[in-house]
Amino acid sequence: MDYGTYRGVYTIIMMLVFGGIIWWAYSKTSKSKFDDAANSIFEEDNQKEAVDKQANDKELRK
Amino acid sequence: MSSTSSISPNYNFDVVKQFAVMAVVWGIIGMSCGVLIAAQLVWPELNFDTPWLTFSRIRPLHTNAVIFAFGGCALFATSYYVVQRTCNVRLFSDKLAKFTFWGWQVIILSAVISLPLGYTTSKEYAELEWPIDILIAVVWIAYAIVFFGTIVKRKTSHIYVANWFYGGFILTVAVLHIGNSMAIPVSLTKSYSIYAGAVDAMMQWWYGHNAVGFFLTAGFLGMMYYFVPKQAERPVYSYRLSVVHFWALVSLYIWAGPHHLHYTALPDWTQSIGMVMSVILFVPSWGGMINGIMTLSGAWHKLRTDPILRFLIVSLSFYGMSTFEGPMMAIKSVNALSHYTDWTVGHVHSGALGWVAMVSIGSLYHMIPKLFGKEQMFSTKLINIHFWLATIGVVLYIVAMWISGVMEGMMWRSVNADGTLMYSFVEIVAEKKPYNILRWIGGCFVVTGMVLMLFNVIKTITSDKRADKANNLAAQPA
Repeated sequence: MDYGTYRGVYTIIMMLVFGGIIWWAYSKTSKSKFDDAANSIFEEDNQKEAVDKQANDKELRK
Repeated sequence: MSSTSSISPNYNFDVVKQFAVMAVVWGIIGMSCGVLIAAQLVWPELNFDTPWLTFSRIRPLHTNAVIFAFGGCALFATSYYVVQRTCNVRLFSDKLAKFTFWGWQVIILSAVISLPLGYTTSKEYAELEWPIDILIAVVWIAYAIVFFGTIVKRKTSHIYVANWFYGGFILTVAVLHIGNSMAIPVSLTKSYSIYAGAVDAMMQWWYGHNAVGFFLTAGFLGMMYYFVPKQAERPVYSYRLSVVHFWALVSLYIWAGPHHLHYTALPDWTQSIGMVMSVILFVPSWGGMINGIMTLSGAWHKLRTDPILRFLIVSLSFYGMSTFEGPMMAIKSVNALSHYTDWTVGHVHSGALGWVAMVSIGSLYHMIPKLFGKEQMFSTKLINIHFWLATIGVVLYIVAMWISGVMEGMMWRSVNADGTLMYSFVEIVAEKKPYNILRWIGGCFVVTGMVLMLFNVIKTITSDKRADKANNLAAQPA
């Protein structure tokens, strides 16, 4: 394969890979997974609040 | 509090605190250097006739200090903070993390000493001589081990998108730094690049532009994807867009370097590729900017009361502005006017002060009270004043540089009927004086804001007002 052909093939492969990424990102099956991921940064706060509440309750009972 | 640590991992926030505070300190020092050399452009006697204070030696100190000391410390701090909190796990190695902090400070101190003494490789943003370069490489690899090691041992199934950007930034900067800094030492303080001629220039700007693309963009986009949603208290506008944003951005940026070498000895086709790639780069840049700003959709009212959020969102507006301006300036015919003028300087500062500094400042204001177990920063009013000082300062700066740069470019290319130049170089320099004064004033605004920030940070750390609900993980003893 000469250099020109190689570059052409390489360009097509990269385009397909990029198309694949878009398809993967916007496919219906990954929607819920990505929604969860977007919300994941708030989980620690919720966990924390639950724990704090527990701790507060304990202190109140003392 | 013991019940807390049973559920949330015991994070290493010591190293985050160190980097966060040093980011503010180096910010003041680096930006003050900038203000000094801006003043020298108007009042040259401000170099006090000492070689150590000349523009040529302080300018690389300014760029190194703001990019690598201020920006670098902000990136280290936020990446260590974000990777722990999103992976739900303590840093991979405390000792290595500590090494990255002290190593990075030693590197900065050696820059502060060696650059004014005149030791330089003369490569822009890579001026430091080879022994320091080796130390940078070692510290950076340690950083990569700590960061990726933490990701590997994460307790969450998904790697949150901010970490992708941080990871891309860490990996690429290692490759860029090691690639561009290849040199043959002739003494302890002098080395020669292994590249020659046009290849050296291409390597330098492949490094230089990707210092912008990965150090000053990808890393700070990592900040954006964590701190904007956190501060706005709502998930990012589109997580799917963030996935496409990441891959598009990292695969395009790496090709944009040649736009720094239009109309030079670089082959024409390489220049054209650099131009085309830079223009396409507009798309992922704006995709990311829109993704960040739209995170606020439905919660715009928060901007009215929350100056931290204002810092973050205005930083994205500046990001949008400079990533529109950049592709435009990469077009050869525009570049013929803009290159080597103050326009370029204005463009860089709209990116560096508007985007990079403001997103860092917003993130630091979000993070610092949490790190030190405080409910919020000592004074929200001071944050607000800082916000206006920073915004007015940046706007003054870039408007001055636009006018001065376009004027300069037009005057350089003006020719008389017989083909001779209409203006001598020094006539143009004299014409720029009022705009240089304006940019100096803008710089003073920005530095004043940073000093207020340091005061606010110190007050926050030393005040004994602890977070009442212990609503952050840092409140626990480390």
